[in-house]
Amino acid sequence: MDFGLSEEQELLQRSAREFLTRECPTTFVRELSKEKDGFSRELHRKMAEQGWTGLLIPQGYGGLGLSMLDMALLLEEMGRAVVPGPFMFSSVLVTLALIQGGSAAQKKAWLPRLAAGEIVGTLALLEAADRLDAAGVTLKAKKNRTGYTLTGVKMFVPFAAAADVLLIAARTGGRGEDGISVFLVERDAPGLTCIPLEIFDLTRRVYEVSCNNVTVPSTALIGGEGQGWKLLSRLIDAACVALAADSLGGAQKALEMAVEYTKVRTQFNRPVASFQALKHMAAEMVSEIEPARSLVWYAAYAFDARPREASRAASMAKARLSDVYARTTNRAVQMHGGIGFTWEHDIHLWFKRAKWNEFAFGDATYHRERLAQLDGF
Amino acid sequence: MNLTYSKEDEEFRKEVRSWLKKNLPKKDKTLSDLPPHDPERVKRAKEWQRKLYEAGYVAMGWPKEYGGQGASVVRQTIVNEEMVLARAPGLIGAMGIQMLGPTLIQFGTEEQKRRYLPKILTAEEIWCQGYSEPGAGSDLASLRTRAELVGDEFIVNGQKVWTSNAQFADWMFCLVRTDPDAPKHRGISYLLIDMKTPGITVRPLIQMTGDAGFNEVFFEDVRVPRANLVGELNQGWLVANNTLFHERNLLGSTTRTQLMMQNLLRLARSRQRYGKPASEDPVIRQKLADLLIRVEAMKYHSYRQLTDAIAGRPPGIAAMVNKLVGTELNHDICSLALELLGSYAPLNRGTPHVVDHGNWAYEFMFTLGLIIGGGTSQIQKNIISERGLGMPKSA
Repeated sequence: MDFGLSEEQELLQRSAREFLTRECPTTFVRELSKEKDGFSRELHRKMAEQGWTGLLIPQGYGGLGLSMLDMALLLEEMGRAVVPGPFMFSSVLVTLALIQGGSAAQKKAWLPRLAAGEIVGTLALLEAADRLDAAGVTLKAKKNRTGYTLTGVKMFVPFAAAADVLLIAARTGGRGEDGISVFLVERDAPGLTCIPLEIFDLTRRVYEVSCNNVTVPSTALIGGEGQGWKLLSRLIDAACVALAADSLGGAQKALEMAVEYTKVRTQFNRPVASFQALKHMAAEMVSEIEPARSLVWYAAYAFDARPREASRAASMAKARLSDVYARTTNRAVQMHGGIGFTWEHDIHLWFKRAKWNEFAFGDATYHRERLAQLDGF
Repeated sequence: MNLTYSKEDEEFRKEVRSWLKKNLPKKDKTLSDLPPHDPERVKRAKEWQRKLYEAGYVAMGWPKEYGGQGASVVRQTIVNEEMVLARAPGLIGAMGIQMLGPTLIQFGTEEQKRRYLPKILTAEEIWCQGYSEPGAGSDLASLRTRAELVGDEFIVNGQKVWTSNAQFADWMFCLVRTDPDAPKHRGISYLLIDMKTPGITVRPLIQMTGDAGFNEVFFEDVRVPRANLVGELNQGWLVANNTLFHERNLLGSTTRTQLMMQNLLRLARSRQRYGKPASEDPVIRQKLADLLIRVEAMKYHSYRQLTDAIAGRPPGIAAMVNKLVGTELNHDICSLALELLGSYAPLNRGTPHVVDHGNWAYEFMFTLGLIIGGGTSQIQKNIISERGLGMPKSA
């Protein structure tokens, strides 16, 4: 019975924080937000050198073979540093799809390149109806002699333009959870186009991705035909844990920024941190963040070690952190007063990312209902 | 991180489970309709603790020479978990076990430990806490109950208030002023007082629940042997803070919360709301799930602190939130229960049609008291922001 971090995990946290403080300060985040794809291949390559892109990938495929908890700790640091880019989608979601659903040949073809940071992937799940359930998948994949033809539109695909490969959820037949298949498609495949959608979160990019008779070989199919929903469910759980971890790190940082600011800002001839109105706000943030941290650790642990608990734990973590991150950044902005509302001050980077994290992969309301169903209320 | 238990621990869990199945007190309706401080209920509660103790399930982590077993924290956690699952009643001697006990183990003399600790465990001696006074609530260190050292005895004069369980407690751990001229934190001492000593008057105070759960305690020339001093003379604040830390953890304990949450889910399934079980109402489901998530978070939060304790790591800021979060969560759970009960919510214990013996209404009020007692939520927030975040004291 041990609910704590190992020395290696604490080392991972420390080295990630040092690395990101050095390589990804907010000046860099802001610069990158003006770039076309909002993505730095150089930063991605440096993260690969740290072993991060291969963190979950088995050693036989060039990775470190570590656990979801290790990944969650790393993502927490990335959330803390509001790191822009597709890391979570590439090195968690696409990577896990291959590890858990890919054939030996597919693993061999893709995992070493993902681990090395040579290629970047992303997940194309949602469509215009913005539904996270199986009924939301309507993009058609029609079988032909050599593979499949994909036709339809995916929405809100993170960093599609930066990605080399897209994991596309498509319908090969059936209704609901039956007949969903997952394809790994190269972004420069003929007929595939990406239209950027501008969003307020400076650290994320989303795209409308159209497939107009995109033909893929049968080797692009990950897992069995029509068997994709089980894999996607697993990826949704992983995304919930990943976003919860990112949110935890962001919330902690927003709290620290707000507290530091109130210690130096003086009004009525004393630091505003001495006013109970602000002290109690800060204490409330702590009282939400600390138990939430334990919940995120548990969800990450359960993802690997307790398969029957994994969905439940992921939903709990996502629901809670969606609320806590949004509330924490709202309070953090208020604790900064007027300067917190400016473009110049950095706090809005966290405030906006919190909102993106809140709605991506199901908001708190969605996951509370999912928990109620899983627990048979 | 590894949440699996060893084979030996799993065996132990089975033992505990079957023991509880065999020995759990039978539901007694006439008893459930009595207030918690009714002498018959107190008697039964003492018997229950004694039985648990004899089975080896109380304060298992305490050293053997004082009645414990020097067992691992894991074993005690298993017992606590199984008690929740079995819906077993809590321990009437909890204040002695969880607040005074750890303080005595750290600060008490060898004689004190041998004299007091074993009887705390067996429920032979029930303890109450003499901290608050009419003029010393949140500003506890301004307390004025005076203890003058005359020869080998302290002569105690003054008054305590909000003293839970004083009407049946055998002993009190008490803060007194031993040096009125020193700065307020440096003139306080920590005394153990026999409640049968002449000069002590206990006057019940009726709480908003309608029960006399707490009391005023008056001291008039009460003689307390010097040997009953815990820690150094005038160093009582240090000792008291240790007890307060344990009190915050007791009040913020998650086992009680988990049990309440289970009962709430059961209530939601059984209550009808416009022709359907309340648990099928989408808004109620949202509220239930939100509470359940907060309860589960606190469960894992307690595991995390347990792990820190085993490793000897200082508790840090994570532990500072227990009282604040735990007590508010308990109250929120009761609050939703009342919402589910609707017109049945205000029915008093013993009234026709009352649900769950009126416990929800009782707990709804009682848990509000716990938000205030042991350092109000506002004081908790001061502690978190000042000690945890280093924000300056308010002017």
